[in-house]
Amino acid sequence: MPLDFSPIWISLETSFVATAITLVIGVAVAIWRANRRGVGPALLDSVFLLPLVLPPTVVGFLLLLIFGRNGPLGRILLHFGATVVFSWPATVIAAAVVSFPLMYLSVRAALEQVDSHLLQAARTLGASEWRVFRRVALPLAWPGILAGTILAFARALGEFGATLMLAGSIPGRTQTIPIAIYFAVEANDLHQAVAWSLIDIFISLAMVAGMYYWTHLQNPARPRWTRESNR
Amino acid sequence: MALEVQFEKRLASYNLNVEFSCDAAPLAVLGPSGAGKSMTLRCIAGLERPDRGHIALDGRVLFDSSRGINVPSRDRRIGLLFQHYALFPHLTVAENISFGLDSLPIAERAARVQRQIAQAHLAGFENRSPRELSGGEQQRVALARALAIEPRALLLDEPLSALDTHLRGQIESQLIDTLSNFRRPALFVTHNMEEAYRIATNLVVLTHGRVAAHGPKEEIFGHPPNLEVALLTGLKNFSRAKQISTDAVEALDWNCTLQTLRGPQPIAGPPKYVGIRAHYVDFLEASSCVSSGANVFPCWLVRASETPFRITLYLRLHNPPDGSGEHHLQAELFKEKWLRMKQHPQPWHVQLSPESLMVLPE
Repeated sequence: MPLDFSPIWISLETSFVATAITLVIGVAVAIWRANRRGVGPALLDSVFLLPLVLPPTVVGFLLLLIFGRNGPLGRILLHFGATVVFSWPATVIAAAVVSFPLMYLSVRAALEQVDSHLLQAARTLGASEWRVFRRVALPLAWPGILAGTILAFARALGEFGATLMLAGSIPGRTQTIPIAIYFAVEANDLHQAVAWSLIDIFISLAMVAGMYYWTHLQNPARPRWTRESNR
Repeated sequence: MALEVQFEKRLASYNLNVEFSCDAAPLAVLGPSGAGKSMTLRCIAGLERPDRGHIALDGRVLFDSSRGINVPSRDRRIGLLFQHYALFPHLTVAENISFGLDSLPIAERAARVQRQIAQAHLAGFENRSPRELSGGEQQRVALARALAIEPRALLLDEPLSALDTHLRGQIESQLIDTLSNFRRPALFVTHNMEEAYRIATNLVVLTHGRVAAHGPKEEIFGHPPNLEVALLTGLKNFSRAKQISTDAVEALDWNCTLQTLRGPQPIAGPPKYVGIRAHYVDFLEASSCVSSGANVFPCWLVRASETPFRITLYLRLHNPPDGSGEHHLQAELFKEKWLRMKQHPQPWHVQLSPESLMVLPE
């Protein structure tokens, strides 16, 4: 049986889109959280981190309850003629939810370690909050945000349990590499399982090497993004 | 042109309650660490919000709790120099200086940056990163960055404390120049009384979150209103005191009666302490005047502490040292005089002349 390459594209597309979504939401939530103290936000934190500690199957099951035909979001979407379950967007939702905590934790830590005096200095110089964020906080937190992006992408690429629960395994539509490996092994097709595993290892290595090159070697004379505070 | 400050803010360990004003003459806020000096600056800059009070600059209200006004930091146009300068590490020197000028047309922005670079003697450093600069250069960049926005007031938080001692003198004289050209309210915080005296015209002495003294520096150093301010302005010798006549007090810790200047002391309340600055303790070398002068006492050396050109002598009055190491007075003098004095046998004779004595209330 000739190898169907669609799981590669599905995995990559899913991971890229899911990472882009977690990046935007993760940064937004981390900024929102940075200026808040108290019990409410702290409780919300544990909800944000839940996907990290729950087994992916539980996350998948909960998503199924939410996005299913009788779920709160599922019903609304159905109203607009859309079904999420067992569709490609379901792979993205599962990957995004599962990788969100890694992104959120990294971005929050990165923003918290930016010297608050620098933000205050920018404010006394007349900068708006948006300018303070874009010109000072973001560049200085960038290495941490990038690390979070790599972690989230890796987690999204390896996602299995929640994806299987919410998106199933439809070849050419929702079957990602990890799911293809699982079904290849189950069908006793070891050649295909080994082939997919090697491809997965190759993609992961290429990803890490690319990120490393981009952050450290791209511009050794002036690595502005990786400069930390001088104190 | 003036900065009017009056506010209260509850802090973890005490209440900050300050009131003072600052015109175009540089004002030093002097006080021990933890007295609320930096917090005062942060409230004026709008980085912290006081609980109650009123802050106005050139008649423009920046904060007024009763009217619900709290102008955000970015709209106050107050330059703040942070203690560790807070330069943006990812921007060059020129980019740091132009950070606050983004609303200006490019040509004017460049001109202003050039002007600041020239004034701060930073030519050639434009494209350096802050981490490639020495402490003094970093301080100059931070000051240039604050001045570039043409602030209506300038606040400096311990501007010299992060510098090496050998750099300080030079940076300090540049700072004095900069402040004298600024001609708008300038406030700087320090715990170093000599620095405060050299740089500022007026002083605010802050202790435990309260203004203990406010006025021209000569007045505060010459007639400190109480013991705490006297100690902060460098008084080393003091004794508990009891008034026994209009021109004499009994110094309880020094076991002697001291003549003071006649007439009412310019102090609030009855005298509680008498003190004398260490460099006013006078040694009589000719034995002839020993009997004639006022407040002359025999003394013995307990120990001495030398710096390259000066010496501090720890002295015991009336009796030879009893081995406890306790002293009554510290005297500071130049080495030449000390070398002459050493030739004479002890006891030596000190004079605490009435015009040098400070009589202080509670």
